[in-house]
Amino acid sequence: MSIEILMPALSPTMTEGNLTKWLVSEGQEVKAGDVIAEIETDKATMEVEAVDEGIVKKLLFKEGDVNIPVNKPIALISDQQISKPKKIESKKKNEVKQKTLESIESKQSENQLLKEDFIVGEEQITMREAIRDTIAEEMRKDKKVFILGEEVAEYQGAYKVTQGLLEDFGEKRVIDTPISEQGFTGLAVGAAFKGLTPIVEFMTFNFSMQAIDQIINSAAKTLYMSGGQINCPIVFRGPNGAAAQVAAQHSQDFSSWYAQVPGLKVLAPSTPFNAKGLLRSAIRDPNPVIFLENEILYGLRGEVSSDDNFTIPFGKANIVKAGTDTTIVTYSIMLQKSLEAAKILKNDFDLDIEVIDLQSLRPLDSETIINSVKKTNRIITVEESWPVASIGSEVVNIVQKNAFDYLDAPIIKVNSADVPMPYSSSLEKLYLPQTDDIVKAVKEVNYI
Amino acid sequence: MKKLTKSDHLKIYSYMLKIRRFEERSSQLYGMGHIGGFCHLYIGQEAVVVGVLMTIKKNDSVVTTYRDHGHMIARGLDPKRIMAELTGRADGYSSGKGGSMHMFSKENNFYGGHGIVGAQVPIGTGIAFTHKYNGDKNICRTYIGDGAMNNGQVFEAFNLAALWKLPVLYIIENNKYGMGTSVERAAAGSDLYKRGEAFGIKGEIVDGMNVYSIINAADKAGEYVRSGKGPYILEVQTYRYRGHSMSDPAKYRTKTELEEYKNSDPIEVVKNEIIKKKIASNNELEKIGKEIIEEVKLAADFALESNFPENKELYTDVYL
Repeated sequence: MSIEILMPALSPTMTEGNLTKWLVSEGQEVKAGDVIAEIETDKATMEVEAVDEGIVKKLLFKEGDVNIPVNKPIALISDQQISKPKKIESKKKNEVKQKTLESIESKQSENQLLKEDFIVGEEQITMREAIRDTIAEEMRKDKKVFILGEEVAEYQGAYKVTQGLLEDFGEKRVIDTPISEQGFTGLAVGAAFKGLTPIVEFMTFNFSMQAIDQIINSAAKTLYMSGGQINCPIVFRGPNGAAAQVAAQHSQDFSSWYAQVPGLKVLAPSTPFNAKGLLRSAIRDPNPVIFLENEILYGLRGEVSSDDNFTIPFGKANIVKAGTDTTIVTYSIMLQKSLEAAKILKNDFDLDIEVIDLQSLRPLDSETIINSVKKTNRIITVEESWPVASIGSEVVNIVQKNAFDYLDAPIIKVNSADVPMPYSSSLEKLYLPQTDDIVKAVKEVNYI
Repeated sequence: MKKLTKSDHLKIYSYMLKIRRFEERSSQLYGMGHIGGFCHLYIGQEAVVVGVLMTIKKNDSVVTTYRDHGHMIARGLDPKRIMAELTGRADGYSSGKGGSMHMFSKENNFYGGHGIVGAQVPIGTGIAFTHKYNGDKNICRTYIGDGAMNNGQVFEAFNLAALWKLPVLYIIENNKYGMGTSVERAAAGSDLYKRGEAFGIKGEIVDGMNVYSIINAADKAGEYVRSGKGPYILEVQTYRYRGHSMSDPAKYRTKTELEEYKNSDPIEVVKNEIIKKKIASNNELEKIGKEIIEEVKLAADFALESNFPENKELYTDVYL
């Protein structure tokens, strides 16, 4: 009998890893806890320990092999020497591990679907690379642009978004901060008042709550309060919304919080392609911009424009899929589930769905939404945020005011549950809008 | 010791008196309903800003709290436009959109005028960051009220400024009360400047009723900061004669306490020095006083004759 050593999930959102180094060789004896390999994840290089003891029978991948899916066997260990009580213990461990892997696997299958939808050409990069490249390109063009935040420099980014920037631009322009959100946000706002263009990375937008006074009261309002004298060219960016099983305090969607504030602009990319175009617009804009990324999308691959002046304007939604029967208005990560639902609705009910990706939450592209409703006469909104006073609520208002007579059914909003995010993977799945929820909502507005 | 010329002495006297007369007039216009909202007067604290301003270089930056009228006057800004802002008129420094607490003059490197207690401290630190980033040898003077010294972001800013050796001079205007709560009832431990010690930031207490003490301390501290040694803290002990804002009757302190401070009035200190040094006579100072009253009256007239902003201005200056 052999025991399989699997590619472990070493971060909440890891779907694959690279085998950078074997620290054991075939025929070698290992004990539980021995470090056997180094794995590069989406975030860092980590050591993998043996969970059992025995003799290494076979190494299934070579050093340097990349993109090995989580849960795939990477080595075999013979279990001849394992004594009985230890066996029970190790079985327990495996059970726990298995559970974690299941949840990661379900995430993985969702991502898989995404990739199919977005693979367009050969030259594809991940969302995190698209964001990093855009920052680097703009930093190269304009010396006033710099980036600061927790772990952005030496650690190479908590989510590896800023990887390599320190090496390229040096510590003057790629700056690690202490864990002082209010302090470094206020400092960046002051620097922007004085003429620099800071990019503030929040490790996640959950931590921006520590700094929200500086974002709203200082960054967003000073141009107005100064009668147009002092603008604040700054970008606040980082992952927003749920990752995977990081629970209530680390899983909040802030879209409507920031979109409510005059003086701020708010963008939410859904693909590497629009991430580049939107982020470049954000960095070049003379106003404060909130750039809401999504951790689960960081690994998403897609083609991008090779034009390093390519921008997507503020306030312009993207009709990702044209259709005639029902409009789905969505943004960020929910675009993928919406596209998946559109496929099911086509196959099962012959409904031709129009899917609109808002991209820009403030300003909001009312025109595209209204024109779509005038064509389809039915509309639902899909977003990850809580339901009360959400972006979807605003879309509902826009539609009832401008296309009331065109509606053939009441509008349905698909949102997360109106509760704090639970930890348990089963409850987390219930909390988040799923493809089935979207299908159900579209059926409802079609009275099916 | 910074050497002062005769004209420096007269400049100090004029600016301090101008701030006082301006604030008295503001109080009057507030009572008449021409100034609305919150209005925080600087009477009693004039020596602080005028003393510090005597040591400033043209391209240095300043950021302060909502008690900002005096700061703007001392920076040489036009009292007419300041008063127009207080009365919400189109000719105000913020086109009538900022009011008493939110006034700015970018061309004079005056970055406000901030209404949220403590928020100006990281902002001033960021302006200093920019001076260092640009390598321009200018510094940012960041004023802090005693009340803000109990606000968390101030310590975050101190840490960043010390860590990155930023050219920022923090000036605590300790006027003894954060609104109605005395420093003793709000701050554990005495000597607010010592709160920088944990970050290795040097500091000292300065007599805020004596402009000459302030000039000396601010001059030395300013050069220390300009030389690249990092931040420095001056805790200037001063006193506001009026309440926290116009609506505060200041019943939390005794009349005796107020009278004691008035006996060492900062403007009288300068006046006595000028007379003692025979820089000007009593009559000459009275003449300056009359000119200032006239200038302030003109400022008030200008403000009241100025138009309110046009309705379309409601929607301008939200985005650039």
